[in-house]
Amino acid sequence: MNLASHQFLLAAPAAAGNRALTFSLFVVLVIATLGITVWAGRHTKTATDYYAGGRSFSGIQNGLAIGGDYMSAASFLGIAGIIALFGYDGFLYSIGFLVAWLIALLLVAELLRNSGRYTMADVLSYRMRQRPVRTAAAASTVTVSIFYLLAQMVGAGALVALLLGISEGQSFLGMSADGAKIATIVLVGILMIVYVTLGGMKGTTWVQIVKAVLLMGGAFIMTALVLFKFGFNISEMLGSAAEASGKGQEFLEPGLRYGKDIPGDAAATLISKLDLVSLGLALVLGTAGLPHILIRFYTVPTARAARTSVNWAIALIGTFYLMTLALGFGAAALVGSAAITAQDKAGNTAAPQLAEALGGPVLLALIAAVAFATILAVVAGLTLASSSSLAHDFYASVIKRGKASEKEEVRVARISAFVIGGISIVLAIFAQGLNVAFLVALAFAIAASANLPTILLSLFWKRFNTAGAVAGIYGGLISSVVLVFFSPVVSGKVDPVTGASASLFPLGVDFAWFPLENPGLVSVPFSFLCAILGALLSKERNDRKFAELEVRSLTGAGAH
Amino acid sequence: MSEDPRFVGLRRAFRGFVFPMTVAFLVWYLLYVLLSAYAREFMATPVAGNLNVAFVFGILQFVSTFLIAWWYSRFAARKLDPVADEIRAELEAPEDAR
Repeated sequence: MNLASHQFLLAAPAAAGNRALTFSLFVVLVIATLGITVWAGRHTKTATDYYAGGRSFSGIQNGLAIGGDYMSAASFLGIAGIIALFGYDGFLYSIGFLVAWLIALLLVAELLRNSGRYTMADVLSYRMRQRPVRTAAAASTVTVSIFYLLAQMVGAGALVALLLGISEGQSFLGMSADGAKIATIVLVGILMIVYVTLGGMKGTTWVQIVKAVLLMGGAFIMTALVLFKFGFNISEMLGSAAEASGKGQEFLEPGLRYGKDIPGDAAATLISKLDLVSLGLALVLGTAGLPHILIRFYTVPTARAARTSVNWAIALIGTFYLMTLALGFGAAALVGSAAITAQDKAGNTAAPQLAEALGGPVLLALIAAVAFATILAVVAGLTLASSSSLAHDFYASVIKRGKASEKEEVRVARISAFVIGGISIVLAIFAQGLNVAFLVALAFAIAASANLPTILLSLFWKRFNTAGAVAGIYGGLISSVVLVFFSPVVSGKVDPVTGASASLFPLGVDFAWFPLENPGLVSVPFSFLCAILGALLSKERNDRKFAELEVRSLTGAGAH
Repeated sequence: MSEDPRFVGLRRAFRGFVFPMTVAFLVWYLLYVLLSAYAREFMATPVAGNLNVAFVFGILQFVSTFLIAWWYSRFAARKLDPVADEIRAELEAPEDAR
């Protein structure tokens, strides 16, 4: 989660030979994924092919693809990094990210698969007036996806420059470190546009499957090597990590990073603890509201296959997060926090550095390539989700009032992918110098606030209606964005050790009035409240259509 | 069909499983988060070697997630799928075959 781009203290980590190896693996990866995309593009003819991969994937394939879509660079590099630097607290993230899948499994996946077609809004607007609900859903889909996309792309730029070992004053293929970062952002942007426009959902899915296999393989090799180093004694691994961290047993307990006790300041302690609870809430409620995850359920033929795919995803993601414990504590013990923070203050390079310590330049190059694949698969999923929503919800339903031909819709989806890709490239280049950790957390908070309450009420509450859905989405969307804007994340936070600004804005600018860094604790209940009040204040009510939705969502009768 | 006793039973079985289960795992998760925030001493209690209560509870969150997923899938396959299949087959059959 701390996939941050801020001030890397670059230390010329890699030798020239290693850099060539890393670079060649990147090239192999790009060629392989482009090959897949071209192949998938030839098999993409209808709108169902483009949006939902022809609904031809099996539960296992989709489970792998969900893993590939979900385990972002923030999961792989970020969580390993937090554990390496702060110990136990990184584990809190993993748990929230995993438990969240039960909401998807029990309440969302199968019902969504049965009642929708291509996008999240298909379900939200099922018994509502199409235009206002789809407009709101498209707005929140694009907002969530762009925040998530920016975090990945900015992170990718910084990370690739770092992994290729280009530091200030050095150059690679004639590029400086800054040049390489921008080049990477542009390259990642172009690749995701190509994957999505050419390969549609089929191409994107296969890229995600390949990535999931690579990521699981890479994490498994490293976990095995770490455990081997400690004679498969986990307690010993934890002990050496605690000792190397210089923080002793505290390193193995919650509280070094989140929910800190601030001696002598009860109010600050309370806020810090509430912030931890708020973060936990956003993590567990955000997943089932992420548009790029939701559209994955449309790629399988039946609700049962959707269930199987979530089960596979839970198994994969759970195993992966257990392995990040070995990666994080392994890095703390074998690399050490001094060496990690010397490379990257936020700890994002802990996993690659551990790879180098365990298996030398070859393993480092492999893990670097895995990290790159990870980023590519996630950005492709995000671009697809947002362009699908723009084309299917906004263009076809709102502008054309449902009168667009299938061919026209897919053409608009491709154009939208270009536009979103282009906007993301430009924004990511401008956002480069910023700490982007909050972008992913904000994406989860918006998804938890704007999307999940409305999805649940649409599926389960008979009295729910257009006004309720629109109020719920905008209420959650606006409140989460506004609260973050006026939080210490954006202004007014000062690093107690260095005295420098720990916010987006420089020192001296302080317009923060909302004390929590994570808005979920307020914005999720607020969105529920807006949705319920909005529904009750409007007279619209369609019991017949709700009965139809219930039968269809539970039995799959009439499902696409 | 929404009034059909088989469908009413299906909906009741589905909701009767997923709603209490969702409340249960959310409470269990929030308990874990609250313990991490407020019961630091308790979480730090050693269990075996360097493993403390915090790790045990964290791993238990994984275990409970896996178990609930397995339990729900078994329940759905036994109690929900056969009824859902029957209703769907009936609804999707051509009119004159009913």
